[in-house]
Amino acid sequence: MSDKVFEKVAANGLISRRHLLGLGVSGTGLALSGAALGADSGINFQIPSWSRQPGPGASAYGARSSYAENLERLSGAPNPTYPGGGASRSPLQHLQGTITPNSLHFERHHAGIPNIDPSQHNLVINGLVRQPLVFRYEDLLKYQMVSHIHFLECSGNSGALMRGEVGGSAQSLHGLVSCAEWTGIPLSTLLDEAGVLPEAKWVAAVGADAASMGRSVPISKALDDVMVALYQNGEAVRPEQGYPMRLFCPGWEGNISVKWLTQLKLTAEPAQFRDETSKYTDTLPDRSSYQFTFPMGTKSLITSPSGEMTLDQRGIYQVTGIAWSGSGSIRRVEVSADGGQTWAEAAIQGHQLDRALTRFTIPWEWNGGRAILQSRATDSQGNVQPTREALIAQKGTLSFYHTPCIQSWGVNTQGEVTNVYV
Amino acid sequence: MYKTFLLSAVLFSISTYTAVVNSQEGVRLGIPVSEEDLSQFDLIAGPDGSGFPSGSGTARQGKEVFDVNCAVCHGANGEGTSGNTIIVGGDMQSEGPPLRTVGSYWPHASTLFDFIRRAMPAIAPKSLTNEQVYQVTAYVLYMNNIITEDMELNAANLAGIEMPNADGFIDRSDIQ
Repeated sequence: MSDKVFEKVAANGLISRRHLLGLGVSGTGLALSGAALGADSGINFQIPSWSRQPGPGASAYGARSSYAENLERLSGAPNPTYPGGGASRSPLQHLQGTITPNSLHFERHHAGIPNIDPSQHNLVINGLVRQPLVFRYEDLLKYQMVSHIHFLECSGNSGALMRGEVGGSAQSLHGLVSCAEWTGIPLSTLLDEAGVLPEAKWVAAVGADAASMGRSVPISKALDDVMVALYQNGEAVRPEQGYPMRLFCPGWEGNISVKWLTQLKLTAEPAQFRDETSKYTDTLPDRSSYQFTFPMGTKSLITSPSGEMTLDQRGIYQVTGIAWSGSGSIRRVEVSADGGQTWAEAAIQGHQLDRALTRFTIPWEWNGGRAILQSRATDSQGNVQPTREALIAQKGTLSFYHTPCIQSWGVNTQGEVTNVYV
Repeated sequence: MYKTFLLSAVLFSISTYTAVVNSQEGVRLGIPVSEEDLSQFDLIAGPDGSGFPSGSGTARQGKEVFDVNCAVCHGANGEGTSGNTIIVGGDMQSEGPPLRTVGSYWPHASTLFDFIRRAMPAIAPKSLTNEQVYQVTAYVLYMNNIITEDMELNAANLAGIEMPNADGFIDRSDIQ
């Protein structure tokens, strides 16, 4: 029946995004079969207790609802040979919109989170500059700042797909991406103040964590759009994101946005830090290895329905997800319900900002049969998200960085959604 | 009239103040320092030999430092106690996925000194003396058959040590 009502735009139940509004507002004619209204529904129409007495008053610092405390980052077990090292992943399948709450922004640490007293923290600029300088935190707060919404993604995100890992959720497989409004000082402002010498081609950035983690940034990027970020979604950058300040390199692999930033050294050549030589390099099938792979790929992911969810009845579902590109904005996201044989264009929900998460959505009618849900992003440069097969053909499976391939979520006849490979 | 004048004066001073604060030209709060001031702070030891401190060490000396500070995670012979702690052996041309270690994968000897000095041992980074860092660096290179047991590493020669996989990398930094 719904075939007559809704324009099907791709096989296996995908409905034109033009129907989105009607679907979202009224649900008329979309009531899942068997859904009853009124007395038999079990809904209690008594006035609830919280409507009968005043609640607590205003508070100094907000907290989420006690009924919404299940949202957590997912982290691995501590490793005694890697104290403080590891990652935690954002619960993508439970988030909406495009901004990641600071408490749920993914983390990646190489020697834990330092507890930095900002009055004892300095930012040094030295090396190939006219005048080496040190900046105090309180002085940096006096500079004119800029704000930009950008995603941040670990280059190791989604590496599980290249390893062919079985199962997993949007969070466990892809949760090393988040998006925030970052506010700070253009790095070019501070570099100009120190006076970059012509022979300076790289900026070696070092953090104040126990690993003194370092990465080298080409001067062209450093003078273009890199920022010394002091605020994240309006508040001081959280300790796990680099308090009191971090480097932020829009669109590039997360590791280069050095947290707890304390030194910027202008050099003629890259510093060849551990984390840009033996780590964060991509070994190819011929055993050569890419070094300095910077921009993150063009990518998308259906966050609902997604792995480890169950569709509880037949009917209409809002397929939704996120898309992003390290090379520009998202131009288009397509969705398939038949494993990539036919595609329908999803609607963009909200903004399509440069190097930021973009939310997409499309209605889909699950008829109780098998389905394979996929999404495919195209960015403003015309880059199209590759299939896993194509990505493996291109770069093999010897390294697990930079793997922006299409995710396939299989739906079985019980409505169970799992990570599958097609 | 007087009030208007006063208000104008106040507004003028506010706008002047704002202009000064908002002008990037007007905010230059970096405090000049010298490279000498930073000698204990700047730990970057580069592949061009820059930034290496005075001192020296041999693998023979480094064994004891390694046994005490490193072997608990990296194993007595660098064989490791988990995947990420293996620092000896491997072959990039091996049949299956190659074991990537200091010997088989790392392109620059300078990285070894730089990393040990800033980040090792993991439970107490920066607790080794520069002398000990030279010694342990030498020992790890020796275990990988890259230098001899008695070769003395120092600021002048360490960055020049040729690593087996030095030519194994493709620089992609031009793709931005």
